[in-house]
Amino acid sequence: MLYLDNVNYIYQMGTAMEMHALNNVSLEIPDGQFIGIIGHTGSGKSTLIQHFNGLVKPTSGTIYYNGRDIWDEDFSKKELRTKVGLVFQYPEYQLFETTVVKDVEFGPKNMKLDKLECQLRTFGALKTVGIGEELYDASPFELSGGQKRRVAIAGVLAMQPDVLVLDEPTAGLDPRGRDEILEAIFRIKQERNITVILVSHSMEDVARFVDRLIVMDHGSVRFDGTPKEVFAHYKELEEIGLAAPEVTYLTAELIEKGLPLPNVATTVEEAKEMIMRFYKH
Amino acid sequence: MLRDITIGQYYPAKSVIHRLDPRVKLFATLIFIVSMFLFKTFVGYIVAGIALITVIKMSKVPFKFIVKGLKTIWMLLCFTLIFNVILTDGTILFEWKFIKISIEGIRNAIFMGFRLFFLIIGSSLMTLTTTPNQLTDGMETGLRGLKKIKIPVHEMAMMMSIALRFIPILMEETDKIMKAQSARGADFEEGKLMERIRALVPIFVPLFISAFRRANDLAMAMEARCYRGDNNRTRMNPLKYKKEDGLAYLSLVLYVAILIVADRTLGPIAESPITKLSTSLSAMVHIFNCL
Repeated sequence: MLYLDNVNYIYQMGTAMEMHALNNVSLEIPDGQFIGIIGHTGSGKSTLIQHFNGLVKPTSGTIYYNGRDIWDEDFSKKELRTKVGLVFQYPEYQLFETTVVKDVEFGPKNMKLDKLECQLRTFGALKTVGIGEELYDASPFELSGGQKRRVAIAGVLAMQPDVLVLDEPTAGLDPRGRDEILEAIFRIKQERNITVILVSHSMEDVARFVDRLIVMDHGSVRFDGTPKEVFAHYKELEEIGLAAPEVTYLTAELIEKGLPLPNVATTVEEAKEMIMRFYKH
Repeated sequence: MLRDITIGQYYPAKSVIHRLDPRVKLFATLIFIVSMFLFKTFVGYIVAGIALITVIKMSKVPFKFIVKGLKTIWMLLCFTLIFNVILTDGTILFEWKFIKISIEGIRNAIFMGFRLFFLIIGSSLMTLTTTPNQLTDGMETGLRGLKKIKIPVHEMAMMMSIALRFIPILMEETDKIMKAQSARGADFEEGKLMERIRALVPIFVPLFISAFRRANDLAMAMEARCYRGDNNRTRMNPLKYKKEDGLAYLSLVLYVAILIVADRTLGPIAESPITKLSTSLSAMVHIFNCL
């Protein structure tokens, strides 16, 4: 479990370029949740997730992992990073090895696991993200964009973290590549039942999968709840430069036009059911 | 740590020095560097020092900011001082095993130290008051004559400005890659020397790949905008000399003239007490040693 207590982060403190990136953020992230973090560029979401595994030290405030302050001197940050796996934006740019397998093995090897365990984890991770055996010995640089990204995600997954954080995992991919990534993430969540935190721009992506949605704005948490609760504020979301899924607008308009739907929908499936139910009666 | 390097950084301010034509500043810096080797007595240092202080005052760049950049060459400065003190032959003041400290050594060390100090401050003053773009522009226009002997001046200037532009981008990229690899359990701070060197591979490989990718993209973007060297290329703000620039050239000539004249005429007179002192000191040392 991750717990953030009044975390503040200020970039380049004391200079002209000082910037308050995080403003009194308090969050509780229980085990096993599927969480989406949304917010427009510069809202502090990337800074926030770098606090989760101790890559960035908060200017003030405390972060607890399973009840322990991660900035305690005797707390191993290296171990924390294997527990809280962070996949950066465009992770394929960090591939460096000669073969796919070797690259994915980098994480487990850093954990000083024995050879067999390293291989088991590597193959397991590659299988979960849907990379076939025929690509194991290929150079990671020969793969397609979507494949590269899945290999990079496998690289973090192979450490078998308890919390997996992904920063914009679908950015810059074609629809097919995007679907493959999202399916892989969903599979990870189901197979391992770990906490998954997904940072995204795409409301459709998040609405479809997550149980909980955190909206960041100007370094603070603006909304925190189920997608349904959060997207009900679609008007306020627009004010901070975000949008609800298309279907939310559609159902909102239908309600406005007099269709007695119980509430706005967040996914196409949900809208379909509601409308069907209305016509059956 | 990387942020502390002020050498080559630009300090935005509105001053006469900032407004000067970059060609003037380039040429003046060159002359200033050469002038450091034109004098022998401490009078020369005083003249050069006064000139430097005047320019610094005119440039409105805080002296503190300039000196901050010296941090990185602190080691070089110390080495020069120590080696000059130890390795110069002459009247020995103090001796211990292989270390011999002589009067001439101390003198040399002090002079050399000041010379280096002036050199670095002088040249960083140029980069502090000139944007990298102006600098390459100045170089390109100033060296235009070399094109006649088939030296690709424009291409070299373009390469330089691209290289300068890429420094902050690549620094940011390095930071990102380091973070990403630490997230995969990489350790850059611990381990033996070989382990640490090996730990750099996961940083350098992606960094090089990204640099090549960016270079490729940039080349493509330049071609898409019909870039083909300086064939028929015109400038939006062509460099033109103004009145101030003429004055600057004039002061530069005056500086060199004063420096040489003062060093040759006043120098020996001003230094005679010091020479006397050092001869009497060496005599004393000699007597002391005999005793």
